[in-house]
Amino acid sequence: MTQKEFLNIVMPFKDKVFRLAKRLLVSTEEAEDATQEVLLKLWKNKTKIKAYKNVEAFSMTMTKNFCFDKLKSKQAQNLKIVHSNYEEKNTPLQKQVELNDSVDWVEKIIEELPEQQKLIIQLRDIEEYDFDEIAEMLNMKNTAVRVALSRARKTIRERLTNTHNYGIK
Amino acid sequence: MVLNNIEELLERYENGETTLHEEQQLKDYFSQETVAPHLEVYKPMFAYFLQNQQEAYAKDLPLKPNRTFNYRWISAAAVVLIMLGIYLNQKPSKCEENLVGTFCEPQEAFNEVSKSLAMISNHFNKGVSTVNYLEEVNKGTGTLNYLNEIENSTRIIFKTNQ
Repeated sequence: MTQKEFLNIVMPFKDKVFRLAKRLLVSTEEAEDATQEVLLKLWKNKTKIKAYKNVEAFSMTMTKNFCFDKLKSKQAQNLKIVHSNYEEKNTPLQKQVELNDSVDWVEKIIEELPEQQKLIIQLRDIEEYDFDEIAEMLNMKNTAVRVALSRARKTIRERLTNTHNYGIK
Repeated sequence: MVLNNIEELLERYENGETTLHEEQQLKDYFSQETVAPHLEVYKPMFAYFLQNQQEAYAKDLPLKPNRTFNYRWISAAAVVLIMLGIYLNQKPSKCEENLVGTFCEPQEAFNEVSKSLAMISNHFNKGVSTVNYLEEVNKGTGTLNYLNEIENSTRIIFKTNQ
């Protein structure tokens, strides 16, 4: 497989991989690294790529696993203070001002969701995959995906309503 | 779009029962400038979703074309290297003359060995020749036998006296 053929396969979903990685890892740099890692892994195994039923779904699963591994190793290292997300977690003044914008609140709310719900919101509401695809990517049952999605959507709406009513910041 | 319809869609949306098409309808509705005031809360949510669909991966991919290294060649090279090493080791190493008792030329070594062997036999013979004096002792004891003659003669003398 030539570089061009490979890129033709990968191009359509590389942004989705990136956004999924960013959803889980938060930091843009780390998401970029993760995306690169995942795509290079695909490139290394390019001889097998034709055997995969659904390269895109496979890549999304790979991304999910890769990011979970990263998060896990970080927790194990317990390097919170030199965490590369440090700046983003510490919300500089600039960012706090921006947070007044309720769209950014959505991001913050999603960030606080459990990992699985984050994933499902990302895959469904942003990437617009159908339930079967999501179920395949996450190795879950179709109904379980729906339940988690419903929970996540309700949580987002509730928190948004709260901020709306109390006028936070 | 009928508001009732939207409200009904929203309820199903929160239960995770909407189709992708219906969700697109919701997104379209909430991306309008004005939405019903009591549905205002949903606006940032759908705006966020739409906004996030745009984010793209900007970094370049360093794809190295076909850098699949054939590891069989490494083993072949290693085998060649080992064989070469063994072969080179078998050649006699450089001779060091100054080592005691070491000779590089076989002829020279042979000469030296026979020289020292000759010396050993020489000294051995010398030793043996000194042992030869023991024969003088034998000779001496041989002459002592004459004493027997004396005894014989004295016996004869005593016999005559009896």
